[in-house]
Amino acid sequence: MIEFRNRILVTASALLAFAMFGAALLSGTFQLTRPAIEQSERAAKMKLIAQVLPPDGFDNDLIRAARPLPADPLLGLRHPGEAYLAMRHGQPVAVVLEAAAPDGYSGEIRFLVGIRPDGTVAGVRVTSHHETPGLGDYIEIGKSPWVRVFDGKSLADPQPVNWKVRKDGGLFDYMAGATITPRALVKAVRRTLEYFQAHRNELLATTKEQP
Amino acid sequence: MSPETREIIVNGLWKQNPGIVQLLGLCPLLAISNNVVNALSLGLATTLVMAVASGSVAVVRDYIPQAARIPLFVLIIAALVTVVELLMHAYVLALYVVLGVFLPLITTNCIVLARVEAFASKRGTLHSVLDAVMMGLGLTLVLVVLGGLREVFGKGTLLSGLDLVFGPVAKDWVIQVVPDYQGLLLAILPPGAFIGLGLIIAARNWLEGMRARRARVDSPLGQTA
Repeated sequence: MIEFRNRILVTASALLAFAMFGAALLSGTFQLTRPAIEQSERAAKMKLIAQVLPPDGFDNDLIRAARPLPADPLLGLRHPGEAYLAMRHGQPVAVVLEAAAPDGYSGEIRFLVGIRPDGTVAGVRVTSHHETPGLGDYIEIGKSPWVRVFDGKSLADPQPVNWKVRKDGGLFDYMAGATITPRALVKAVRRTLEYFQAHRNELLATTKEQP
Repeated sequence: MSPETREIIVNGLWKQNPGIVQLLGLCPLLAISNNVVNALSLGLATTLVMAVASGSVAVVRDYIPQAARIPLFVLIIAALVTVVELLMHAYVLALYVVLGVFLPLITTNCIVLARVEAFASKRGTLHSVLDAVMMGLGLTLVLVVLGGLREVFGKGTLLSGLDLVFGPVAKDWVIQVVPDYQGLLLAILPPGAFIGLGLIIAARNWLEGMRARRARVDSPLGQTA
């Protein structure tokens, strides 16, 4: 009986010792890598945002200028996202909105849209999707330049009825084999522009409103 | 090289290859082998985890109570995997994003636990590390061959995505094996992994069968391995 109890004690203390050692190892590594992780996450996000901004540049800290976006149905977001206002010499040059197309071929397509103050698209980049590799994934800039079809478009050009892929009678090209993917994205970008139109003043306000 | 060392190396790379003989660790094998770079990265990450896990278990093997050994092994492996994951998140973010959920899933890769339980908990530290490295490299080898096959048949390229590891410089290192290739979707999708792995296993069995037949012809006793 005593031996049995001893064995349990030894086992339990070994478990405890290893768990404590493991926890110490993890928290040490976490502390050591945290600055590097934050920095590389930030750099990756900045790189993506910079791609949807006009090339003439901006001079403010975009990440710090981030403001919350509500989960508005026009944006297709299920959770609140973020908007980034790019400014030069104190004037807004474009705003970048996070948005999503909920009706991709296999699930949600998340993307960033850069919109100039006049309502034209500065750029669209897909940040995450689950479309079929080799078929629907040409919406990624790494796979195909297709997503540049949005550059310079606005709600006035083309007309709202033409904000569709060619197959549906619109003006947007698509690639054979995958129509659902670009159809979802075209619709979602148009909705994002509608959201911008409806909230233009708050999105372009140069001073952050206090909540 | 002592016979034991030799045996460990041969077992890991060929005789007991985890990918095509033991058929352990197939979850990452099938999921991430759609191109060479992904396959190699996950293979090396797994090898690293295996080496450190087997090494540390071999060191502390005398202090591990028999009854609690499996939870302790898993605890050690999980902690090490998380460390590797944090390091990759910090220093090779693009690759971390590509490997995604398969990185933490190294914990559940049975080959890691299998080597710790079957080898490292009973043998010396150096041999345990060697065994883990050889088993890991054996798995990596299969992953890379499968990744290469799927990439060539699926996209007509080799080494695409190398820039995720080495930065934009490596964009030009991609080898276009077949120019203007339309791509074979089947090879990229999961079924391609099953078919490709099946073919590799068949090739290995064929090779072994040839060797066995030759050995039978050579020895009058008809003794085979």
